Amino acid sequence: MEETLAVRKLDRLGVVLVISGVLATALLPFIYVKANRIASGKPMLLTQLLDQPAAIILTLLLVATAFAALFLQNAVLRLAIGTLALAALIAAIGFAATAFTPPNSNAARMTPGGSFWILLGVVGLIISDALVKIRLTPWMRVGALIAYSALLAVCLTSGLLDSLSIMKEFATRSAQFWTEAKSHLLLAFGSLAIAIVIGLPLGIFCFWVPKLRAAVLQGLSLVQTIPSLALFGILMLPLGYVATHVPLAAELGIRGIGTAPALIALVLYSLLPIVANTVVGLEGVDPSVRDAAAGMGLTRRQILTGIDLPLALPVIVTGIRIVLVQAIGLVTIAALIGGGGFGIFIFQGIGQTAMDLVMLGAVPTVFFAFSSAVILDAVIDSIRGSAA
Amino acid sequence: MTMIEIRNVTKRYGAATVVDNVSMSVEKGSVTVIVGTSGSGKSTLMRMINRLVPITEGEIFVAGQNVMDAPVTELRRKIGYAIQGHGLFPHRTVAQNIATVPQLLGWDGARIAKRVDELLGLFNLDPATFAEKYPHQLSGGQQQRVGVARALAAEPEVLLMDEPFGALDPVIRGKAQDDLLAIQKQFGTTVILVTHDMDEAFHLGNQIAVMSGGKLLQCSTPEKILTEPADPFVQQLTGTSDRALKLMSLSPLKESMAPAKSGLGFTLPQSLSLRDALAEMIWQGADEAAVTDSAKSPVGSISMAKLLELGRKA
Repeated sequence: MEETLAVRKLDRLGVVLVISGVLATALLPFIYVKANRIASGKPMLLTQLLDQPAAIILTLLLVATAFAALFLQNAVLRLAIGTLALAALIAAIGFAATAFTPPNSNAARMTPGGSFWILLGVVGLIISDALVKIRLTPWMRVGALIAYSALLAVCLTSGLLDSLSIMKEFATRSAQFWTEAKSHLLLAFGSLAIAIVIGLPLGIFCFWVPKLRAAVLQGLSLVQTIPSLALFGILMLPLGYVATHVPLAAELGIRGIGTAPALIALVLYSLLPIVANTVVGLEGVDPSVRDAAAGMGLTRRQILTGIDLPLALPVIVTGIRIVLVQAIGLVTIAALIGGGGFGIFIFQGIGQTAMDLVMLGAVPTVFFAFSSAVILDAVIDSIRGSAA
Repeated sequence: MTMIEIRNVTKRYGAATVVDNVSMSVEKGSVTVIVGTSGSGKSTLMRMINRLVPITEGEIFVAGQNVMDAPVTELRRKIGYAIQGHGLFPHRTVAQNIATVPQLLGWDGARIAKRVDELLGLFNLDPATFAEKYPHQLSGGQQQRVGVARALAAEPEVLLMDEPFGALDPVIRGKAQDDLLAIQKQFGTTVILVTHDMDEAFHLGNQIAVMSGGKLLQCSTPEKILTEPADPFVQQLTGTSDRALKLMSLSPLKESMAPAKSGLGFTLPQSLSLRDALAEMIWQGADEAAVTDSAKSPVGSISMAKLLELGRKA
């Protein structure tokens, strides 16, 4: 018992997080009550909502979380309190939104305010800090991701959040949302797959031929420095030309705008991390291991597939992780040239000054990028763990 | 019978000649140590035997066959290869590491498992404890033993070793050298070992090849290297200050003892070298000692005066 409640030295991360949370709660609105989508809305602080039971419970749990983050040594307890606070935060915004929505109104919009997002971030960081301290195995981390996703799914499907602006935007676009989700993930994973198919052999080749290495890596770095929007634009011209002059290309769906230039640009951006990490990974293999393998009569291909690639794998997968997270973010920009994806909502929302619509595009993008990072980190750690 | 024949072998990288017209032969079942400073071409010479380094000029024969006539992987699978820092595969267990060449040769699983257990036992590594461990879980000495066990897995007639004990501390190194000699005797393996350590060369070699600047300066028995150095460099390398003791360390007590006498209070085992016998007698203050066999029964005697005479320049 003494162990569980042991008070720890004031945690520095905890201090920063608690100060941010307190300032945000005191100064920034928790929710905006708007008459319609583009109205400026009436800001409400969390303290102004204390007539609602959910807000009271949330406040108490936030105080408990702050205490836990500052003083509590036991990470499992911090995790439990933080998770309760997270659930209460989501419930409170749902209840507040429902309470302020006039009956039978479809136009009114309840938008989460600055303090909601900051509290979400602060509580999220307290939870992830506790998860790190618990030292979960790689696959337990994926399990935690699934558990928290399930919690989110329950909140979304239960109708608790249906009065929130972002869910109202979703309700009117649910069919399009899933179409865009599909094309977003297809573009991200498709470009990743193509980049691996091209980048891995290219990386191996660069490792074998040092003269080629500098040229290829510098060329790919150059591509990386082109602003994404410009690269999409640059690709429009040649692809448009190919589409009008090569009938087969047009039949395959290659056009100056749309999926083709988006995919090509994403692949170009993805090549550098994959090629560079393949080269670095192979360079990291102890030369004496390769020498012993050759001396015992392994063929060149057996050395590559049996020794070099397995030993370089953690570094190569790290490159794939970088590429996937980067691609999921970049696909949003592909919407500008007709590539589809969640970027559609973001740019529509910016055009209509409807921040709720922007959120409908941004939140799932962040969720997918974050989930991919967690899953691939687990993959990397488990490869490292088994080979060590 | 000659196991390895090196004929007028030269290795050039561009204008630089790394190995210069070297010829030597190695008897079956013997240990040949190639010794020299770094950059002398000793490793390059050895690595041309299993074609890790392509031969520029000349020919090398292993068991009567020109190494260029066999496919390179087939050649290497017949020749054991152990290197400094062991070169074990870090992502494979000890058992998988040792099974590497047998697997390449297509042995069946039962035969491989039996051979792995046999080798681990031979190197004093309990199979139950060590077979499933990864190299990073072993000590330096254990890693080195697994490296040699792996090189011997497919029962090669020839074993090439490139500074195999270089990374070990002196105590473990001495033990590893003795183990190697015992196993080499048991299997009758022909060993070529590269080192820069002259003491190691004298301890292990039936034949010592001294290299410098790509040239083979002398290739003969350890005794001849000491008593008839072909070159000032060879003399310098062997060191002149303790050559009497070095020479004595090469001869076993057994071959120089006088007939057994009664009434000697001090005994020495016959397995000692002359040098160790001398050291022991100085330490104990004995002028004469009985020599005993492994059953502790006297088989001969040795006197201090005789020992000193044996250490004198011929």
